[in-house]
Amino acid sequence: MSETNGNSKSKLHGLWALTNRDLKKWYKAPVIFLLSIIQPILWMGLLGKAMNIGAIFSGSSFALPPQLATQFTPEQLQQLGAYFAGLQSNIMTGAFSTADYFSFMSVGMIAFTALFTTMFSGMSVVWDRRLGFLNKALSTPVSRAVIVFSKVLSATLRSMFQAGIIIVIAVAFGLQFGPNFTPLNILGVFAILFLICVGLSSIFIAITIRSTRIETPMAVVNLINLPLMFASNAFFPTKLMPDWLQTIAKVNPLTYTTDAVRQLLIFDTDWAVLVVDFAYVGVFAVIAASIGIVLSWRFLSK
Amino acid sequence: MSKEIEGPVEKSGEINVSEEIIKAEGLTKVFNKHLTAVDHVDFSVTNGEIFGFLGPNGAGKTTTINMLITILKPTAGTASVFGYDITKHASEVRNVIGVVPQEYTADEDLTGVENIILCADLYGIPRKVSRERAVELLELVEMTTFKDKKVATYSGGMRRRLELACGLINRPRILFLDEPTLGLDVQTRTATWNYIRKLKKEYGMTLFMTTHYLEEADALCDRVAIIDHGKIVVVGPPEDLKHSLGGDLITLSIREDDDVSEVVQKIEHVKDVKKENGSYRIKAEYGEITAPLIIEALRKKGHTVTKLSLTEPTLNEVYLEYTGKSMRDAEESREAFAAQRMTMRRARQ
Repeated sequence: MSETNGNSKSKLHGLWALTNRDLKKWYKAPVIFLLSIIQPILWMGLLGKAMNIGAIFSGSSFALPPQLATQFTPEQLQQLGAYFAGLQSNIMTGAFSTADYFSFMSVGMIAFTALFTTMFSGMSVVWDRRLGFLNKALSTPVSRAVIVFSKVLSATLRSMFQAGIIIVIAVAFGLQFGPNFTPLNILGVFAILFLICVGLSSIFIAITIRSTRIETPMAVVNLINLPLMFASNAFFPTKLMPDWLQTIAKVNPLTYTTDAVRQLLIFDTDWAVLVVDFAYVGVFAVIAASIGIVLSWRFLSK
Repeated sequence: MSKEIEGPVEKSGEINVSEEIIKAEGLTKVFNKHLTAVDHVDFSVTNGEIFGFLGPNGAGKTTTINMLITILKPTAGTASVFGYDITKHASEVRNVIGVVPQEYTADEDLTGVENIILCADLYGIPRKVSRERAVELLELVEMTTFKDKKVATYSGGMRRRLELACGLINRPRILFLDEPTLGLDVQTRTATWNYIRKLKKEYGMTLFMTTHYLEEADALCDRVAIIDHGKIVVVGPPEDLKHSLGGDLITLSIREDDDVSEVVQKIEHVKDVKKENGSYRIKAEYGEITAPLIIEALRKKGHTVTKLSLTEPTLNEVYLEYTGKSMRDAEESREAFAAQRMTMRRARQ
């Protein structure tokens, strides 16, 4: 009675079915979908526009004490004003390599979103285990690696979509592209995002695949997400950090991701740096995915 | 891969139709090196039968089924399903079996038909085929009307039926059902029994099921294995198991005052006759056949039977006989069960 003749023999069969099952929970639920778009807008509004670091160094912040101001002639005052106005741009460019903090920060938001979206990808593994779906899938001929990789893929696709939204919003809010930006660079942005998302979600899935309670991975995620974020160059340049933090930031793959995206979108692209960024994140993705898949595999076929 | 699946008979060489389709030898699962959930279990399931694993919660039923459906690796021992070793040829096993798990595993956010297609995709069944089969299966479990509704809106019985449909999508030769009627009301339970009988009768499918309902094992299974603390204590058809206890109890009274013990004792299948307070307690095998014989014999001797009752032993008595405790008592020792369950959970993590 069993008719397996026409069935797919591919080792990858079921990958898209499982990935799409996870994605449907997101794009078919209007509220969740909308919230996932609003979230980056809120963050960008708060960090980029409301807490505008650039404004701290603006000319008005450097107003001379009144008694001092009387010692200068109007011409001198004007020159000083011009100097201070230029100073802002100099300080900003010196610290952030771009005069516009919003541009700097909104690119950091892309890494931020990648981190947050992939972190919660592990949660759906816990639910699948608790609801018995995981066991159900394990009793079918679908490959164990496919089960794990479908989770990685759905998280990756989701965060790449959100990153795309962020770029659109950031441009609308006044993101200033770098001098040698071409639309082709956007492809590079998605390439590096794909790598970092695959790496990060593999790690989180490896962490969560063993747990039967939702609380455990939640605690892990809460412990590491913000520290990982702030120990990178996403919101603040590493060169202004204390030494010990710089060391952490220098091994943090998020630093390289953010730098690559900045090189592609807002900086005067330094190709040598970009190659290093891609190599670092690429190696991270391969190692993390291997560890994640090997661990999950071992656990799933116990 | 497909060639092997097409010809498991030739490949394994030892499977004949009507032969052992599942065979377990010394199957053992130890969690965390100290918790023995299944302890050297031997049994075989014949082609086309409904084989039941009966035992209280925590007896090792689900662990056994999980080993047979290749999601748990046995600590010791072997088992083969359709001639394929469950550890060495796991993927071939997965292709020929269908599984209806204890939990409701259907995705609540998807519709009934979407869930069936998802299951089909996991088997790599082409969409064209799976759509046709989905229609057939929804018809079989009488769910066609609700196929486009989200599973979140389904009742327990509907979900059970959907699980059944999903388990049948690959046209399995063997269907594993883990507590198929757990938590269902009496009506839905009877309906589920009918589907199960239909699968055996119309499709010649072999079914392996676990249950902790005595009536269910009695009503459905061709053969039952009673499992307790990870060990099989007895295997056999429910009728035989009950008869092995020494038969039914017939209680009768006659109008006359004569002692008819001698007469009754001579009747076939009668094992023991006792006169108590003017009525006779007769222990007999096959009570339903023996009772008319007794009436007939007494009538020939000129006696009139005024009262007769027949009590058949239930599987609960069988369970009591072999494990020394009533199944219901075992079920009721909730605290012990909860404690064991906790240990099992920790062990599985």
